[in-house]
Amino acid sequence: MNIVVCIKQVPDTTEIKINPATGTLIREGVPSIMNPDDKGGLEMALRLKDLYGANVTVITMGPPQADAILREAFAMGVDRTILLTDRKFAGADTLATSNALAAALKCLDYDLIITGRQAIDGDTAQVGPQMAEHLDLPQVSYVVDLKYEGRHVIVKKETEDGYQMLEAETPCVLTVLASANQARYMTVSGIMEAFDKEVEIWNVSKINVDEAKLGLAGSPTRVKSSFTKAQKGAGQVYEVDAEEAVGIIISKLQEKYII
Amino acid sequence: MDFSLTKQEELFLKMIREFAEKEVKPLAADVDEEERFPMETVEKMGKIGLMGIPVPKQYGGQGGTNQIYTMAVEELSRVCATTGVIVSAHTSLCIAPILENGNEEQKMKYIPKLASGEWIGAFGLTEPNAGTDAAMQQTTAVDAGDKWILNGSKIFITNSGYAHVYIIMAMTDKSLGTKGISAFIVEDGMPGFSVGKKEKKMGIRGSATCELIFENCEVPKENLLGNLGKGFGIAMKTLDGGRIGIASQALGIAQGAMDETVKYTKERKQFGKSIASFQNTQFQMADLETKIQAARLLVRSAAYKKDQKLPYSADAAMCKLFAAETAMEVTTKAVQFHGGYGYTREYPVERMMRDAKITEIYEGTSEVQRMVIAGKLFK
Repeated sequence: MNIVVCIKQVPDTTEIKINPATGTLIREGVPSIMNPDDKGGLEMALRLKDLYGANVTVITMGPPQADAILREAFAMGVDRTILLTDRKFAGADTLATSNALAAALKCLDYDLIITGRQAIDGDTAQVGPQMAEHLDLPQVSYVVDLKYEGRHVIVKKETEDGYQMLEAETPCVLTVLASANQARYMTVSGIMEAFDKEVEIWNVSKINVDEAKLGLAGSPTRVKSSFTKAQKGAGQVYEVDAEEAVGIIISKLQEKYII
Repeated sequence: MDFSLTKQEELFLKMIREFAEKEVKPLAADVDEEERFPMETVEKMGKIGLMGIPVPKQYGGQGGTNQIYTMAVEELSRVCATTGVIVSAHTSLCIAPILENGNEEQKMKYIPKLASGEWIGAFGLTEPNAGTDAAMQQTTAVDAGDKWILNGSKIFITNSGYAHVYIIMAMTDKSLGTKGISAFIVEDGMPGFSVGKKEKKMGIRGSATCELIFENCEVPKENLLGNLGKGFGIAMKTLDGGRIGIASQALGIAQGAMDETVKYTKERKQFGKSIASFQNTQFQMADLETKIQAARLLVRSAAYKKDQKLPYSADAAMCKLFAAETAMEVTTKAVQFHGGYGYTREYPVERMMRDAKITEIYEGTSEVQRMVIAGKLFK
């Protein structure tokens, strides 16, 4: 079985601060990490490898420094890593990104393509499903569990109010939640060897793609404006019994003409 | 001279800090309170290679450096000194002497299972009447043809009761003094071997510290480690390596107490401002931070020399001496900065202060370290 996992390097948003003057993210000095949902997807692939001896390839599109998450992937136990990097990819929105990734995926053998549901820097959840469309493959998003049965997979998909059990033919694209499973730690020997292994560098010439569909030129998304949400004022805490609490709530709602 | 971390070291730190924070720290208070050996942590550590870091791959190890090993012990001890010493005693005091003195059969038999964490290792030199004066060994080993017969007892043995493999020193010829001491590999379950009373300790309370009893204990002939009569040298050289591990443990304890104190002094308000804003706090903390960093450089330097196969005996003594005394000073002051809260078990600094003390005692007291350092100075 061949599994390709698409991952992304993202700023650790738990450490991120907003520039109060411009309202934009301060990216300097913020550590970069493997996107948590992608890590969940990678763990799912590695568990299939543990069970069935799958061959796991990891691919990321990003600047040269995205090499770091591929070394981490090696140290977790993947077999092959590819860094899709080219100045022509710069400024890509989700459509241009999925075009580039789908073109790269066409150069690989796969029974399953796994990726995270969404990246914590953009939160769009679009790239996975778009890749599936470009490749004309079945897709299941919000996956939390998976049973591989050769010609098809049984997937547990999380929905707002429960779960769906779905069957999909392989090859297919699955987008996975970080909560699906706790990702394994890198092993010491994996870390020792991670830098002796080759990260394959692929640029535009390596993949068969219409360059007009890449980067800024291939990105229909335009940011109209961005703003920082105003912080809500501190709430007021009342430590009272239920009856009194109801009274307070009703009077507050009336004050605001809600009821 | 390059003080920067290698790429592997940077990646390792990322992993070990996450592991320590998520898997080790949440158990630390309970492990101390209940005097509980954290077996579940040992299993997790085995899985990711932490029980066999500086062990060649051909013996089932991780092919890591001593430098990375010291970082592991430091980062584990930063959140739980018990976990740190389990790894240190196992690696430095049991795996290392087999690797350095064992024959191929012994290495193939014991190292893979130790390095994977399936087996835990321990080391027995100290006896009731042979502490710092380790040459006064009273445990004896008699050649009985196809086996050795051991009689005597060892005390204060770290990892005992949970270990499967013990490196044991015993007198094979009393008339030869230290040259009559030999080293043996004793397995748990060998006839005549038993684990005695468990010590109730001030600190590192989750670490198992027991007495070992040998009553006509039968040890196979092939379990002599190194040559006959070379046990004292093996023990001393093993302790040289072990001291780098304990120095790393002390360093971790000091760093852990520092982390807690920085956090607390920033949050704690008295006289209308944070106590971190007082110059007394700042100046004292600056001194402590400087000592921690100095201790770290001594540890790094000793580990570097061990990795480069350069003599490191005095370096190991210096890093242990300085790191242990730094740990004691930092943790004592950390409790002081925490005031009344620091004296309670609600905060981890009192545990760290209790844990720090042992680093000035075991694997050679601070006085022994001074003897080793002076020995080199006046040789």
